[in-house]
Amino acid sequence: MKRTGLLQTAGMIALMTMATAATAQDDSQLVVNGEIEMITDAPAPENIGGLKTIYSGWRFRQSEMQELQMDDFENPAALLFDDAAEAWAAVDGSEGKSCASCHDDVEASMIGVRAVYPKWNETKGEIRTLAQQINDCRTDNMGAEAWKYDGADMTGMEALVSMQSRGMPVNVATDGPVADIWAKGEEIYYTRYGQLELSCANCHEDNYDNYIRADHLSQGQINGFPAFRIKTGKLTQTHNRFKGCIRDTRAETFSPGSDEFVALELYVASRGNGLSVEAPSVRP
Amino acid sequence: MKRTVIAVAAVIGLGTVVSAETATPETVVMDEYGSVEMSLTGVAGDPVAGKEVYGSRSMGNCVACHQVTSSGAAFPGNVGPSLDGAGDRWDEAQLRGIVVDAKMTFPESMMPSFYKVSGYIRPGNAYTGKAAGDELGPLLSAQQIEDVVAYIATLKE
Ligand code: HEC
Ligand code: HEC
Repeated sequence: MKRTGLLQTAGMIALMTMATAATAQDDSQLVVNGEIEMITDAPAPENIGGLKTIYSGWRFRQSEMQELQMDDFENPAALLFDDAAEAWAAVDGSEGKSCASCHDDVEASMIGVRAVYPKWNETKGEIRTLAQQINDCRTDNMGAEAWKYDGADMTGMEALVSMQSRGMPVNVATDGPVADIWAKGEEIYYTRYGQLELSCANCHEDNYDNYIRADHLSQGQINGFPAFRIKTGKLTQTHNRFKGCIRDTRAETFSPGSDEFVALELYVASRGNGLSVEAPSVRP
Repeated sequence: MKRTVIAVAAVIGLGTVVSAETATPETVVMDEYGSVEMSLTGVAGDPVAGKEVYGSRSMGNCVACHQVTSSGAAFPGNVGPSLDGAGDRWDEAQLRGIVVDAKMTFPESMMPSFYKVSGYIRPGNAYTGKAAGDELGPLLSAQQIEDVVAYIATLKE
């Protein structure tokens, strides 16, 4: 399908998904596999202007879509876990190592990791998204080639690592060495880009719960990323979603992995401090 | 009923100021309240074509944010107010000004400026995500604006 922009395709998507009454901010609660209790609303973090309560994107989806995320047997992303688990154990690169060589069992060693990323790396004196950390492990520890920032290998691995934190509250640091990067992300969030002159805040802060055509606007939280999108049949990375949203303002986007998107990710992640990690979520 | 309304609007349209030259985004004259008195083209707006501009995804796509009960459009957005009765609330010059550059009528408005070609941050080449070329056209042509204004002017309670 030719990409024509979000304002354009929204109507079609609505027809595809057969709109039923939407359930934003009702009391529905997300429990995955009957056991992982998700926090889908929380008081807004103190350093976030413009919101009193933060909501997971799950709360804005139609009930059929919500249900797909409630059970891993229904979640289409679960079909991709085997590949990622295989990659976790696969030796690659000049050092003859796999992820498992250093980190053993992903289900034990990666608990809590997603919840605190993007995170400052003391040794290198730089901020790292989870994807950047994974690539650093590949190049520096394994002697393997870096994966494409938003390629399927990377996104699958990010989902596998993220899953191990499901239910834990997002808790990224916004002060200390990352304070300037966070401020840059905040500035990007409020900048009205493109020929439509729309900022993230125009849609996701001022108008969440409203509709742009048939699209029910959420707060644009990233606690559910990588997210499985029914429309593309693929896992979507945070930076890809950012790219799509900026492109839809008729703007020149930034690239996945760019300093701008890393700063924006830190800032947007912090807007969700207090919501549970939900990855992989399911979205239209 | 609807037909007469449209016919009346067309007659009123013909009566407006006619200029020989089409106003460009650079030359359009807006007063301090955000109104544009002069027709952009001198050719009366066609409300039927204007309804198309209003609803079409590739033109004004006003329906992404607005609702008009009589339009029958499925899934209208609600980021902007309903335009039912907008023809009573605003005169033609005000409507033209709102479509040309809504931010001059409503400061900080979320509504895009449809007849403007500069002052953008990282403008793109339509929805490609790539940078715009040197020639950035306005979102709507002068006549499309006259047409959509003529259509909105027919929306009376
Ligand atoms: C023109 C309106 C618009 C703008 C501007 C916009 N978005 Fe979005 N965004 C949407 C729509 C529509 C969706 C899909 C429905 C939803 O989740 O809100 C979406 C979805 C998202 C999601 C996925 C949320 C989820 O739970 O699946 C994220 C994250 C997001 N946007 C972030 C951003 C960021 C960051 C910016 C600015 C760089 C931005 N958006 C700008 C309209 C917009
Ligand atoms: C992205 C959202 C958006 C789009 C697209 C949009 N508008 Fe608007 N419009 C608004 C908002 C928001 C307002 C309310 C003014 C404000 O910002 O306070 C508004 C106000 C108006 C008003 C005054 C409403 C009243 O009844 O008092 C008119 C008339 C109008 N728009 C016409 C149009 C037309 C015609 C188009 C398409 C060519 C259009 N709009 C496209 C968001 C939008």
